[in-house]
Amino acid sequence: MEIWRWVFIGILFLSDFVVKIEPFKLGRSQPTERISGSAGDVLEDDPVGRLKVFVYELPSKYNKKILQKDQRCLNHMFAAEIYMHRFLLSSPVRTLNPEEADWFYTPVYTTCDLTPNGLPLPFKSPRMMRSAIQLISSNWPYWNRTEGADHFFLVPHDFGACFHYQEEKAIERGILPLLQRATLVQTFGQRNHVCLKEGSIIIPPYAPPQKMQTHLIPEKTPRSIFVYFRGLFYDVGNDPEGGYYARGARAAVWENFKDNPLFDISTEHPTTYYEDMQRAVFCLCPLGWAPWSPRLVEAVIFGCIPVIIADDIVLPFADAIPWEEIGVFVDEKDVPNLDTILTSIPPEVILRKQRLLANPSMKQAMLFPQPAQPGDAFHQVLNGLARKLPHDKSVYFKPGERVLNWTAGPVGDLKPW
Amino acid sequence: MKLSVLQQSYLNRRSNSFRSSGPLDSSSDSAIKSPAAIFWLVLHGLSCLISLVLGFRFSRLVFLLFSTSYTNLYTSPFHSSSELAKTLDFHSLLPTNPVGNVPLPSLNNTVTNSRVVVGRHGIRIRPWPHPNPVEVMKAHQIIERVQTEQRLQFGVKDPRKIIVVTPTYVRTFQALHLTGVMHSLMLVPYDLVWIVVEAGGISNETASLIAKSGLKTIHVGFNQRMPNSWDQRHKLESKMRLRALRIIREKKLDGIIMFADDSNMHSMELFDEIQNVKWFGAVSVGILANSASTDETVDQKKGEEENPPMPVQGPACNVSNMLAGWHTFNTLPFAGRSAVYIDDRATVLPRMLEWSGFVLNSRLLWKDGDKPDWIKDIDALDGDIENPLGLVKVPSVVEPLGSCGRRVLLWWLRVEARADSKFPPRWIIDPPLEITVPSKRTPWPDTPPELPANEKPVIGIQEPTLMHTTKTRTSRSKRRSKRKHDEARADRRTGF
Repeated sequence: MEIWRWVFIGILFLSDFVVKIEPFKLGRSQPTERISGSAGDVLEDDPVGRLKVFVYELPSKYNKKILQKDQRCLNHMFAAEIYMHRFLLSSPVRTLNPEEADWFYTPVYTTCDLTPNGLPLPFKSPRMMRSAIQLISSNWPYWNRTEGADHFFLVPHDFGACFHYQEEKAIERGILPLLQRATLVQTFGQRNHVCLKEGSIIIPPYAPPQKMQTHLIPEKTPRSIFVYFRGLFYDVGNDPEGGYYARGARAAVWENFKDNPLFDISTEHPTTYYEDMQRAVFCLCPLGWAPWSPRLVEAVIFGCIPVIIADDIVLPFADAIPWEEIGVFVDEKDVPNLDTILTSIPPEVILRKQRLLANPSMKQAMLFPQPAQPGDAFHQVLNGLARKLPHDKSVYFKPGERVLNWTAGPVGDLKPW
Repeated sequence: MKLSVLQQSYLNRRSNSFRSSGPLDSSSDSAIKSPAAIFWLVLHGLSCLISLVLGFRFSRLVFLLFSTSYTNLYTSPFHSSSELAKTLDFHSLLPTNPVGNVPLPSLNNTVTNSRVVVGRHGIRIRPWPHPNPVEVMKAHQIIERVQTEQRLQFGVKDPRKIIVVTPTYVRTFQALHLTGVMHSLMLVPYDLVWIVVEAGGISNETASLIAKSGLKTIHVGFNQRMPNSWDQRHKLESKMRLRALRIIREKKLDGIIMFADDSNMHSMELFDEIQNVKWFGAVSVGILANSASTDETVDQKKGEEENPPMPVQGPACNVSNMLAGWHTFNTLPFAGRSAVYIDDRATVLPRMLEWSGFVLNSRLLWKDGDKPDWIKDIDALDGDIENPLGLVKVPSVVEPLGSCGRRVLLWWLRVEARADSKFPPRWIIDPPLEITVPSKRTPWPDTPPELPANEKPVIGIQEPTLMHTTKTRTSRSKRRSKRKHDEARADRRTGF
């Protein structure tokens, strides 16, 4: 009877995923459209069964101890690295047998060294990452087998694996040499940029789902604000004259539209920020120091059409979500004509975009809920990884073959962590 | 020349970094030792010192001197040197000094073909900052369309026509009350028919008022004048409403009947809520009984010990949200002191249950058709009914609306002028006033002292009034513009 017990447990286990757990409670009975991106209709794919992930057991100084030192890491916009680890530990795609794994995950929290203000300092991150890779390459044979080509890392910091918050410094450093062959899961995405490796998976920044849930207003509240934005236009601390911050785009928005009654823009931080977004038709998502921002996530959740002002940006899950049909893309040089651009969009197109935004799977895909729900960002990452399978035979090295240069990089990086 | 060559070489080295990050590191190491870098460091330090001394950004000047074909400072991006990165440090307090000022736009078209340039960009400002009115109109149309769509999706599904029954008559306060109701009805987003029953027959006064609404109206006259006692008024109003219901039955109007007394105030949510009625519904009405001032203080002291009366009339529910009874306005505190006649300066009390708190499905009134059996036929009524509950045989079939009567959706308030009060017909002062009486106290210092108020012949006062008008043209302290009419002001007793 042993076997029947296991079968029974197995059926219970599987039924958890067969029965659809209710997604993020938002859209009621609004007609929506199916979302299919360039990879096809893949938003609702189930990654279970399509890939297997092995999670390395690193000493807690790489993950748990860092989190214990500063609990704020669980709430800031880089918290995806921590939640991804927790998700993978209890996910059915996890396998304890590394021989059958398709992907290997290294849980190292590189973005958890916070200043008193809550901003992460990336100065020790390259050393931390390097030390982790040294550990896994010496304790397990799987790194050396492919030099990381079937490993993936979460690097949600400003410029990804370039590990710096200033763009010029980040470009100078480039992607950490040891991560040359690995797949990077990051929030930063800009075409033709050093810090975006080909084959990276772009994820949305972490936004707390509970907090947004508590600020929902009835859907029949009429949308009466045309364009909405709250945030900095000039970063007075670091770039007082403007021109650097956001490549001058945010300052251009302010200077051109501060007196325009259709544009509700200011630097205040009202308590009704989320409610106001739900009363707006368009929400501006301009770049800041980095091109990505949590505003995109907030706009999608609250049904406000995102107006993305960031040249060459790559948005999250771009192969699964057709962003051109959902948001409005405005070149930075066209910012002075923003009002003309927005008012010349035909109403049918606007209504279609709102229908796409209302699709619950769209909203789910932008979130990292606890516990994980089907269709959420965790699953989209796994789907993205599954789409990259099977690994090309050429990534497997013959023994003794080496590509990576372990002494590359600035001298400071080579110090042990 | 030398400057540009050195710049070129330095910037070329930077351009290497835009390519793949492989062989970069070795070259960047050696760059630190090269003379060009030292030169730039020295130049940067010098610029910093000069800026400190001068107190403004020296580099701007340099840029202006060296800039090439760009017309406008605001529209030219240019490249920065690596020293700039230092200034973006969190702790930096020095003024920023971009030194490598000569724009070289071809620089970035090396291998990567990126059109995004790192560095300082100009802030683009368009020359005509004001919004284009055509675009503003388009934006409003977009908002309108989005809101219509929202209403279609989240509002009431299949909204039914609303039939509004209002009894009215010509009096001083009619314009005030009817305008309020009219504006509320004009805002209702559903189809509407307004049946106005007028006591004393159809008059131009009322007709002109309701014509301004643009709504579909049925104006009916009722051949009885409004009596002077509140009791009889209520009775007559009930009769008028029944008359309207008979019209609805004759015309077989289909929709939801609501009773909007002209002195009531309705909220917009009321119209959304009554769409939920199936056959016969009731809403809570807030009763604002206008208590006379003298008795109030005495009452307050007494009332503080007991529970103050809830000024609400409407359905009351039990825990399972079923109709359990009715809230009515507690009239005991006003017993014996309520107004009997229109002119009384006492509290006007509502009836036990006001008509305005009920809504019916118009099919209940039709002669034939499927309707529930608990409704009485209007023609078979003996006598008048005080409120619509008289039309049902079983009071338990009433549906409580507005989250089971917990939400007050309209307010009842009766304010009327004295019976003999006069007002200019249609509120147009025409012909011009003949009696000009200067007011007793004027703000102008050198007017003649107070004159007795009542009718004096015009001639004697003509001169001062003319002086008034000339004065006011210059002094501009006049609030009302009466330059067309020669008279200064009229102090007419307009009653109440």
